Amino acid sequence: MEGVWVFIGADSVIFAILFLSFMQDRLKNPAVFEASRHTLNMHLGGIDTLILLTSSWSVALAVQAMKRDEIDREPRLLFGGALTGLMFVVSKSFEYFQKFSHGLNPGTNPFFMWYFTLTGIHLLHVIAGTSLLTYLWVRSRRGTYDHLHKSVPESVASYWHLVDLLWVVLFPLLYLMRTA
Amino acid sequence: MSVLRERVTWVWLALIGLTCATTWGLSKDLFSPVVAVVGNFLIAAVKVRYVMLDFMELRQAPLPVRAAFEAWPWVVAAIILGFWFATPAII
Repeated sequence: MEGVWVFIGADSVIFAILFLSFMQDRLKNPAVFEASRHTLNMHLGGIDTLILLTSSWSVALAVQAMKRDEIDREPRLLFGGALTGLMFVVSKSFEYFQKFSHGLNPGTNPFFMWYFTLTGIHLLHVIAGTSLLTYLWVRSRRGTYDHLHKSVPESVASYWHLVDLLWVVLFPLLYLMRTA
Repeated sequence: MSVLRERVTWVWLALIGLTCATTWGLSKDLFSPVVAVVGNFLIAAVKVRYVMLDFMELRQAPLPVRAAFEAWPWVVAAIILGFWFATPAII
């Protein structure tokens, strides 16, 4: 488990540096950032947040079920986590499609460079996490995990919660931050 | 065990409520930009803290580890808000 926590800590620091760099660029040109922010769909961003929080909850419940050897509950809770992860990927793909179809891409201006970079790196995390949760779901159907065999699902769950909390900061940073 | 008896369920409901309040309440023009932005990031820091403590189970972690992780949302919020206040207003 220690290795996972080192990874989570390092990833958190990297994202904090990215947030700082975003704010530095915003400082130089607040008008462009504000105008570009208005083109984002705040409602979709809010729904994405609700999806990831629900996904984290489902995975947290799955870990609790493993600790109590409630093996029958694990597959549906892990499936819930993987399915909501997939929903986030579909939602973000729809959002990217909308942006590209309106001629907005990473080269449009500094805001969109940051928007695609930050959400793109985060989306890669979501795809990796959804794949790992799908693997856990398949294994859990065979009764693999219980209170003695839970280090792998616990590690994946901690990573998945990291993905969730990064979005909790990314969402207001990109979608909600009005100018003074 | 019923999910309603799980602490994580109540934490999840609170996180959902806070998300709805910031996305569809605090971000409306009804509130000044300072109130909206400071409120959004302080609430985001609180949400991250509870994801760490209850979903990641950091509540049971050794104190130095817990302190290091718990510092992260507040440091991030301070950086973002510091830059936000330093950014000139659009005229």
